Amino acid sequence: MATLTDRNGMNGCAATSPPPRTLVLGIGNVLWADEGFGVRAVERLHEAWELPAGVTLMDGGTQGLYLLHHVEACEALIVFDAVDYGLAPGEMKLVEDDEVPAFLGVKKMSLHQTGFQEVIATARLKGWEPRRMLLIGVQPEELEDYGGGLRPIVAARLDEAVTCAIDELRRLGHVPRRRRGSRPPEPLSAPAISRESYEAGRPSAEEACRVGDARFLTLLPGEKG
Amino acid sequence: MVVQTPNGFTLDNSGRRVVVDPVTRIEGHMRCEVNLDENNVIRNAVSTGTMWRGLEVILKGRDPRDAWAFTERICGVCTGTHALTSVRAVEDALGITIPENANSIRNLMQLALEIHDHVVHFYHLHALDWVNPINALKADPKATSELQQAVSPSHPLSSPGYFRDVQNRLKKFVESGQLGLFKNGYWTNPAYKLPPEADLMAVTHYLEALDLQKEIVKIHTIFGGKNPHPNWLVGGVPCPINVDGTGAVGAINMERLNLVKSIIDMTMEFNRNVYIPDVKAIGSFYKSWLYGGGLSSRACLAYGDIPERANDFSAENLHLPRGAIINGKLDEVHDVDLRDPEQVREYVDHSWYEYDQPGVSLHPWEGETRPRYELGPNAKGTKTNIIELDEGGKYSWIKAPRWKGHAMEVGPLARYIVGYAKGHERIREQVDGFLSDLDLPFEAIFSTLGRTAARALESLYCCELQLHFYDKLVTNIRNGDTTTANVEKWDPSTWPKEAKGVGQTEAPRGALGHWIVIKDGKIENYQCVVPTTWNGSPRDPAGNIGAFEASLMNTPVERAEEPVEILRTIHSFDPCLACSTHVLSPDGEELARVKVR
Repeated sequence: MATLTDRNGMNGCAATSPPPRTLVLGIGNVLWADEGFGVRAVERLHEAWELPAGVTLMDGGTQGLYLLHHVEACEALIVFDAVDYGLAPGEMKLVEDDEVPAFLGVKKMSLHQTGFQEVIATARLKGWEPRRMLLIGVQPEELEDYGGGLRPIVAARLDEAVTCAIDELRRLGHVPRRRRGSRPPEPLSAPAISRESYEAGRPSAEEACRVGDARFLTLLPGEKG
Repeated sequence: MVVQTPNGFTLDNSGRRVVVDPVTRIEGHMRCEVNLDENNVIRNAVSTGTMWRGLEVILKGRDPRDAWAFTERICGVCTGTHALTSVRAVEDALGITIPENANSIRNLMQLALEIHDHVVHFYHLHALDWVNPINALKADPKATSELQQAVSPSHPLSSPGYFRDVQNRLKKFVESGQLGLFKNGYWTNPAYKLPPEADLMAVTHYLEALDLQKEIVKIHTIFGGKNPHPNWLVGGVPCPINVDGTGAVGAINMERLNLVKSIIDMTMEFNRNVYIPDVKAIGSFYKSWLYGGGLSSRACLAYGDIPERANDFSAENLHLPRGAIINGKLDEVHDVDLRDPEQVREYVDHSWYEYDQPGVSLHPWEGETRPRYELGPNAKGTKTNIIELDEGGKYSWIKAPRWKGHAMEVGPLARYIVGYAKGHERIREQVDGFLSDLDLPFEAIFSTLGRTAARALESLYCCELQLHFYDKLVTNIRNGDTTTANVEKWDPSTWPKEAKGVGQTEAPRGALGHWIVIKDGKIENYQCVVPTTWNGSPRDPAGNIGAFEASLMNTPVERAEEPVEILRTIHSFDPCLACSTHVLSPDGEELARVKVR
């Protein structure tokens, strides 16, 4: 279980002041296997939890600058993402506050990461000073599978990632409530793109070729560089 | 070796080779290789997309009514345009007509996306090819204020104190070391020609543009229910209209419509008083730098968009013009038919795909995406670490689309040249006015600057069109028509056993088409030919070079190791590689990895 080692004095915050306006954002491209982790995490959170006013849950996809005003409008930012920490696949790691943008840019491994790092930098240039940033990241196993879903080892972290976010929301002073048996009134994203129908509806490899770009990715079986 | 291309360029690959990889700032990767002669002039250009594509691998067998939700995820920039193109393709295949209100609302959303993309592209992604933010720190705020008042007297934000504040913020930001936005720039390169005051004015407007862009996207939230990822619907739009309503979730009422109007007004003001004056001001310092025209003076293609009446895609019903110009003949504009098997066809001889036979091309309805990754015999390096491409062989993950065999440029400049050639009144007025203000001849439009100017002019024209469709929508609602969707053929049992259709739009960066084949209620084939496939295309079997390649030809480079001129010209196309190709390069940390050999 990933845990936070240093709370930076945030513990006392909730009791004395109103909870900060909080954005819980999932970023990534669902079309690229484990790249979709962030989006799937907010989807899972939305299914299981009802969030109070003051917390916005958002499927940010790869929207880059389109997310700028949502980021600027929050005082606390919680981001789910697939991050290359150089750890074993499926390992989860939390990164806090000023370290967050750096982690999004250490080694860009997805189309959106520089985009989102830039969103944070741009918000900062415009004077945004968040009280809190938390990145809940998981080390992906497979990205180079266009049309694929989460790998089991990554999908297995979804609930834990959601728990981390809920814990953080509580620390910030919010009161999330578990949905008891009821489905959310509205899906977070188009139903066709939900994890279940996206993964179940995938055409087979025989129907539609899945070979990727050998130059940058894994070579085809039996092929040499 | 010196080669003459059929489309009019003399290629000489004997000089030293410069590699720029990657050249896009966002969303995907492309790489350019050029050969410079002894005077540092580009004499051969090779552009390659370094990612693999093929959306059909995801959509085959799925419900056509859902395709928009997948195509919306291809790319983080053209989201809504792909969704619109997708629902149009399905409607075309199944013979579904949409109500007038849906047409007006879709136009308002598509125009909002055009304007948003144009403004953000210029200030956030392209301005740094012309503007030097570090130089802005040297500006005198008072002189900047005077400059502002001279170029745009009616813009209210122009006091010396205002510019001083921005300069201080910029200074603080640069000193704090979070230079993420401006790192890897070539800030001492003489290719930057603006005085510090113009640099400071442009940086200031960059911040204003960021404030504006968040207002523009509210139009998507209002009509699409949410943003990011607004909802779309085959048969219309998903938002009901209830003018007397007081805030039913998702319904369009008068209060929401008034908000739309205020956003349109605000956007129009910015385009008129900031964006266009900025491009003119910057242009006035780069008047002697009229390189980068490439194919624009010879071969331009536009599918057209923004239908006045619903369901009518004939050229005369489209506000953004449709047409093809070939062989540089502006007095003859050909009509374009995306269903004609002889018009749009894709080659793969120089792309990392294969068809059954070499030298053939396929119409997108018959399109295939079978990868075949191999380097040409003269390539240097290995398949996992290419040092130098061999453009004589296969060299790109982008296919080579051709219109009746011609390599074409698409995008705002192509649209404006087609519109100008067809006598489009508003376009003529805008282009003539811009050129006369800068005291430039008509031919100057065929340039990198012309491409950047056309985008700015089009952005204002799109605001004007928004106002038109806003009025149309409100009038129609007042007359009692609140229909927004046609669900007659929603049920797949009403569909033919087999059907095929095509959806077309003008995406911000150019002509976009989706071709769909539906069989037994499911998607059988789905092919996208995106704008950057046209502009970024590699050579075809006849040897014609693509628009990016052509645009770099004969451009002098100040410093080979800092090829800002290459970036400036390629960025002027607003390239978006995520959808023309896929996958990723190993590291995107650097803005550009430049290798000089």
